[in-house]
Amino acid sequence: MEIDLQHVVNLARINLSLEEEARIRPQMKEILKYIDKLNELDVEGIEPTAHALPLTNVMRKDEVQRSLSSEDALRNAPRQANGLFVVPKIVE
Amino acid sequence: MPHTLTIHELTARLAAKELTASEIVQACMDRIASVDGELNAFIGHDVEDALAQAELADRALADGVVHEAKPLLGVPIAIKDVIAVKDQPLSCGSKILGEFISPYEATVISKLRDAGAVIFGRLNMDEFAMGSSTENSAYQPARNPWDTDRIPGGSSGGSAVAVAADECIASLGSDTGGSIRQPASLCGCVGLKPTYGRVSRFGLVAYASSLDQIGPLTKDVHDAAIMLNVISGYDPQDSTSEPRDVPDYSAALNGEIKGLKVGLPKEYQSAGLDPEVKSNVDAAVAKLEELGAEIMDISLPHTEYAIAAYYIIATAEASANLARFDGVRYGDRIDGVDPIEMLCATRGTGFGEEVKRRIILGTYVLSSGYYDAYYLRAQKVRTLVRDDYLKAFEKVDLIASPTSPTAAFKVGEKVGDPLQMYLSDIYTISANLASTCGISVPCGFTSRGLPVGLQLLGQPFGEKQLLQAAHAYEQHTDWHSRRPPLN
Repeated sequence: MEIDLQHVVNLARINLSLEEEARIRPQMKEILKYIDKLNELDVEGIEPTAHALPLTNVMRKDEVQRSLSSEDALRNAPRQANGLFVVPKIVE
Repeated sequence: MPHTLTIHELTARLAAKELTASEIVQACMDRIASVDGELNAFIGHDVEDALAQAELADRALADGVVHEAKPLLGVPIAIKDVIAVKDQPLSCGSKILGEFISPYEATVISKLRDAGAVIFGRLNMDEFAMGSSTENSAYQPARNPWDTDRIPGGSSGGSAVAVAADECIASLGSDTGGSIRQPASLCGCVGLKPTYGRVSRFGLVAYASSLDQIGPLTKDVHDAAIMLNVISGYDPQDSTSEPRDVPDYSAALNGEIKGLKVGLPKEYQSAGLDPEVKSNVDAAVAKLEELGAEIMDISLPHTEYAIAAYYIIATAEASANLARFDGVRYGDRIDGVDPIEMLCATRGTGFGEEVKRRIILGTYVLSSGYYDAYYLRAQKVRTLVRDDYLKAFEKVDLIASPTSPTAAFKVGEKVGDPLQMYLSDIYTISANLASTCGISVPCGFTSRGLPVGLQLLGQPFGEKQLLQAAHAYEQHTDWHSRRPPLN
């Protein structure tokens, strides 16, 4: 299976250098070839396991609880102003 | 040499006033200063903070607080740098978090503090827990204390090295596909992966949320039981933690394993198994039999598909979990003219190559047109792997195997070949897919003097029986008390 690396890298939002691309491309091919092993199995009618515990819709009471202060939440921000995270302009 | 003590030996000395918490913490700090330049088990450690905590512990001891009430009072415990400790740096072995300081505390850390532990140090690891050698750390790779030309295993390499080299009394690691058990095996200490849901993951930076579990690395099985007792239990902050009682694991260590049924999976006699590892593990199984266990052959027919299923599921989950590292709310940011450019540049610069590889693979298997062929199929195979285990556990109480197919390999030996590195997880990975518990205990050495680990796997939430058997084995061997030849 040939992987469209440019497309996937764009989906993943990761810049790769040309050297990285040259290294990763054949490695991906090899890994995917190995993974194709799963096609040997007949999985018709088998339920998928997302999670091993029989848990569904774990609920808690809708009560106000202590949470991070905005000061704490902003403590590690690369850029901030007026109690907000600052990012490059999104809309013109 | 107080830093060589186990938890139960140390707490006895502290209680008898033969030693103070400040002395043991200072002894660990001195040990780090003398050996860690070579071993790189620690990314960092805050000496002043550790000594301040020790002083508080000493005051509590002087006030008459006993270890029955606070089982880890005055015990220095080091933490894998993927678990949040309030007001301390957190790097996950990566550069992308920059100078991040954790604004909150993981539940396991709160529990250790409540038990009186002195929490210190940020232990080295493969970046975001992705790796089997600690060579993927964005910092210096950690080294195996038995042979510093070799890797300590991973991803909790620093956690294993720090315990094996007596730089701390015990440590915490995390295990997604073997990341506690494999380094414990390669460094000659004990590593316990609890059942998924036994220990809260709140404050553990997520790699693969359906597989990750925090567990202890210790100098013996008794210590693993003490640690598990402290960190286990339901946590409302983690919806996947199980609301079930925590048994007294230490009290179960009675040395009794007569009639215990231990299964040997025939699929584990694979070609890549090193003959010296095999002979050591065979001898360990013979010892279990001599102690009264009943050994029988079992089959886990889908073993050969577990690694492929794992690398689809784990990378898919990782690609979603690691989307949060975007340079917006924390970490180092590389600027761009628009948010997309900023994101791509930040992640391209901040992540190391293995992390990029796994995010790309995970993104691919989830992408439009490939989801059913890869991700959904892998989840179905996960069901088959889990059913293999559940069926086996109808016949046997425990499953025994090597922890790793080889002893520690050389630094650099597998870095160029990620698939070969993945394949070294063959014996540990399915326990995470099946969500059973597992432990690695020292069971011998190769002719080069490298440690070999015996892996025992227990039923889901069967930690009591698992620890009981591992402890009985340990009582009749002395592998766990051997120490690496460091200065």
